Amino acid sequence: MTDALLSRRSLITQGAAVVATGTSGLLLPARASGLVPTPSMRGGSNNYRPGAPIVDQIGGGGFWMTGTVRRAGDGAPLPGQRIQIWAHTTEGHERDPHSHGATLTNAKGEFRLEMPQIVPAFGQPHGHLAYDSEEFETVFLRPVMSSAKDKTLAAHFVLQPL
Amino acid sequence: MVRSIVIWAVLGTAVTVPIIASAFSPYLAWRDPIYILAGFAGIIGMCLLLMQPLLAGRWLPGLSPVTSRHWHRWCGLALIAAIVTHVTGLWITSPPDVVDALLFVSATPFSAWGVIAMWTGFAAALMGVLRQRLRLRFLVWRLGHVTLAIATILGSVAHALLIEGTMEIITKIALCGLVILASVGTLARLRVWEVRRR
Repeated sequence: MTDALLSRRSLITQGAAVVATGTSGLLLPARASGLVPTPSMRGGSNNYRPGAPIVDQIGGGGFWMTGTVRRAGDGAPLPGQRIQIWAHTTEGHERDPHSHGATLTNAKGEFRLEMPQIVPAFGQPHGHLAYDSEEFETVFLRPVMSSAKDKTLAAHFVLQPL
Repeated sequence: MVRSIVIWAVLGTAVTVPIIASAFSPYLAWRDPIYILAGFAGIIGMCLLLMQPLLAGRWLPGLSPVTSRHWHRWCGLALIAAIVTHVTGLWITSPPDVVDALLFVSATPFSAWGVIAMWTGFAAALMGVLRQRLRLRFLVWRLGHVTLAIATILGSVAHALLIEGTMEIITKIALCGLVILASVGTLARLRVWEVRRR
């Protein structure tokens, strides 16, 4: 019971931590050195398909997956990082290849990818994201939507250099 | 006679309305048949969990004690079949999610409740099938069977209430409430905690 609460809570707290550290980092760069890497979430890697292609949009769109990618320690935004995204949507199950796609972060370390509406599957409306390239340690996230009617979902990565 | 008709009508409504309401879920359009089957096996299982305490407590009019017990046995076997269908269908839909659930490392809190209820349900059914071979005194056997049944009921209710997207919410809460009510009523009627020879 507590695990999912913790994972959802830790997502929020880590998101807040990213924002807080980022903000204070702008004001006081020395303070940002403690930014801890995001741990993988339970079930985050379920139905993962390595090497999802970089796409402009997954399927018909209508829903936005957004987020940021930063470096652990100094919190520097990481541009050009490949983030893979998949979910159970109105157009397919998690395991279906066409439910998977990847995108790259921009100069500010932000990513956003349009995809079909996520619908509840296995009891929760949730998405999956992966960072699994060479430079940093692999991280799998499984954010849960606060409402199944939401049109967007955010997930934030703080990556540990290898 | 009127009382009997009312009780059966209420029971019939209690088990059919949640199934019908869930059949109107918009999410069904975006699910494969096997996943839909798995979900409905779960809902039917919950309906059978309402039947079980009612039959065990001999609440249903027109059924003799022997008939009640026979029905209890058949509903129990149907419940096992529903659980197996539920888990198998989910396994086919998303193997890693079911493996996580069975190993108690799932991301979702309701999975552990469901898995606990599955095992206690299997154990309760096994105690039912092996009742004579276990050679336990009846009241002791009954206390064991009931303890497992209570775990199954509480686990299943917690499991169902925490899930989003399978059952319609109002009928889900109503069905779970009736299951708890029937269970408490039967426990009180049978005074299962009294295991000493009377």
